[in-house]
Amino acid sequence: MITRFLKQLTVWKSIGIILLTAGAASTVLRFTQGLGASTNLSDEFPWGIWIGFDVLCGVGLAAGGFTLAALVYVFNLKRFEPIIRPTILTAFLGYILVTVGLMFDLGRPWAIWHAIIMWNPHSVMFEVAWCVMLYSTVLTLEFAPVVLEKFKMYKTMKILHSMSIPIIIVGVLLSTLHQSSLGTMYLIMPEKLYPLWYTPYLPVFFYVSAISVGCAMVILESFLSSRAFKRGLEMPLLMDVARLCVLMLCVLAVMRSLDLVDRQAVRLLFVPRMETYMFWLEVVVGILAPLVLLSRKKVRQNESGLFLSAVLVIIGFVMNRMNITITGMEGWAGKSYIPSLPEFSVTLGIVTLGFVSFYYIAKYFPVFTSEHDAKDPAAPQHPDHASLDGAHTTVRATVHDFR
Amino acid sequence: MIQKKAMLIDITMCIGCNACQKACKVQNHLSDVEEKKLSPTAYTALETFDKYPDVFVRRMCQHCEDPTCASVCPVGALTKTPEGPVVYAVDKCIGCRYCMQSCPFQVPRYDWTSINPRIYKCILCTDLVKQGLPTACSEACPTGATKFGNRDELLTEAYERMKAEPGKYVDKIYGQKEVGGTSILYLSGVPFEQLGFKTTLQTTPLPALTWNVLEKIPNVVAIGGTFLYGIWWITNRRDEVKQYEEQMKKNGQDHDH
Repeated sequence: MITRFLKQLTVWKSIGIILLTAGAASTVLRFTQGLGASTNLSDEFPWGIWIGFDVLCGVGLAAGGFTLAALVYVFNLKRFEPIIRPTILTAFLGYILVTVGLMFDLGRPWAIWHAIIMWNPHSVMFEVAWCVMLYSTVLTLEFAPVVLEKFKMYKTMKILHSMSIPIIIVGVLLSTLHQSSLGTMYLIMPEKLYPLWYTPYLPVFFYVSAISVGCAMVILESFLSSRAFKRGLEMPLLMDVARLCVLMLCVLAVMRSLDLVDRQAVRLLFVPRMETYMFWLEVVVGILAPLVLLSRKKVRQNESGLFLSAVLVIIGFVMNRMNITITGMEGWAGKSYIPSLPEFSVTLGIVTLGFVSFYYIAKYFPVFTSEHDAKDPAAPQHPDHASLDGAHTTVRATVHDFR
Repeated sequence: MIQKKAMLIDITMCIGCNACQKACKVQNHLSDVEEKKLSPTAYTALETFDKYPDVFVRRMCQHCEDPTCASVCPVGALTKTPEGPVVYAVDKCIGCRYCMQSCPFQVPRYDWTSINPRIYKCILCTDLVKQGLPTACSEACPTGATKFGNRDELLTEAYERMKAEPGKYVDKIYGQKEVGGTSILYLSGVPFEQLGFKTTLQTTPLPALTWNVLEKIPNVVAIGGTFLYGIWWITNRRDEVKQYEEQMKKNGQDHDH
């Protein structure tokens, strides 16, 4: 068992090293030769996967952070506390990586601070820039207790704790604004974006889909870390997260259907062209299939069923964002866009960086287990947290600080 | 009040001599190679068509009345001057290319080969125009196909030309209404859509599409903030009451002993 695990780990490690090396090489190319040499972008197609995936998907995939923070601290659903720290970590790393990705895409990355002093309140991107800046600060504060606990700085933790509710509420508001605003960015291109995706409701759809994929990410992240750290799986909690996911998918499905009817775009669903196929694929894989799967209790209770459904939601979400940034824009641009090898490798490198950072932070910081609890033998041993291998004592990672 | 300047481009009068591009390149200190497409070194270019060998269409920034590029730029590097030109401040630009992504006329060009890239596009000779002088290209045009002047007067003239020679022009002044109107106006004898013009553009300015959403932000913050705080207050209060009741119960039991 252990040798198999080690063997698996080496395979994953070597894949990680290859991806990081390729990413590093492409980074050198990007910053010494410019965007022309490193990307397949052009005057006709100025935004590619570094915007479509690294930024639009990156921000969305980190939406679990504000969703769970709202559930635990605002709606007072304290039973979700065991999974809040890893979720906040995912969001925190997500936003750092979005910023890293943006640095590759911006032609003049050293001027990024201009948005702080050179204001254009009419620009959606200006608003997104401010929200992301402020929300990253909020995430830093939300994640800080983990670091403070590690270094036993309980006094500072206490000060942070006293400010936690306003911080959480500001975080939820900022997320609501910029998650939706990423959709608003496309509202100004009514002729360019293919009508299967262009709708005045883009901001609403971006927001709702972000919550649904945030839930799916919580599930995925719990599964992966249960494997990596041989810890138990919080099945009852994840099943509840899945129910919220289903609710959001349901809202999304109904709204998107009504919107197509309302805009008289239903006939476009049957036009034989690339956009139609991609739209169907996105909707079936990312909304309909997980909706059917997750609304069955049997699937939610089944570990593999839950995992598979979450993966479908994530794939569908990524397809949606890629369709909006690439598939839906190709027709107007009159040009097809396929990302270059350096574009792919930078993106994969950034994703790998995310996994690696998560692994090491979770390994050395009290992300899953609070030392606070470990010292306290009276800490409740939840039946939900029965360790997989039974050898480890999986302690409920109660978060004392942010309560 | 400053009169809005504009240019009237009469496609029927253009002979394709390329004098406009030459003058433009001199004025803006760009390489003097003849170019057929917009590029970082060609702010204007003459496009030709296999179907209409005698027709030449001048491509350039349309200098919208309410420019999409100026609206989307996060740092305000693109602005519309009171005289009409849409100008670019390279020292503000962060290179995000949202202007290129959103321009309804696909005009801004990017310096893809540079590691210190910027946007290139026509600035309607803003320095000359500010001094009350005409643009370099309109001065260079030997046939009067490109005419510089006040926008109102040029529109009147365009209508007069259409009236004077019925049948010579298609019944449309391109740029009069597109995305709320532009500072470059076109007259053509060939239907515009056959010359690569986007004729399906809406007639109201595009920036309103995003501003209608952005202006709701203060409301979202106020209502959302109140809502979230309210929810927290209720759920938190419920806990407090529960704890208090348990405490009371416990105290009561202690009392009995």
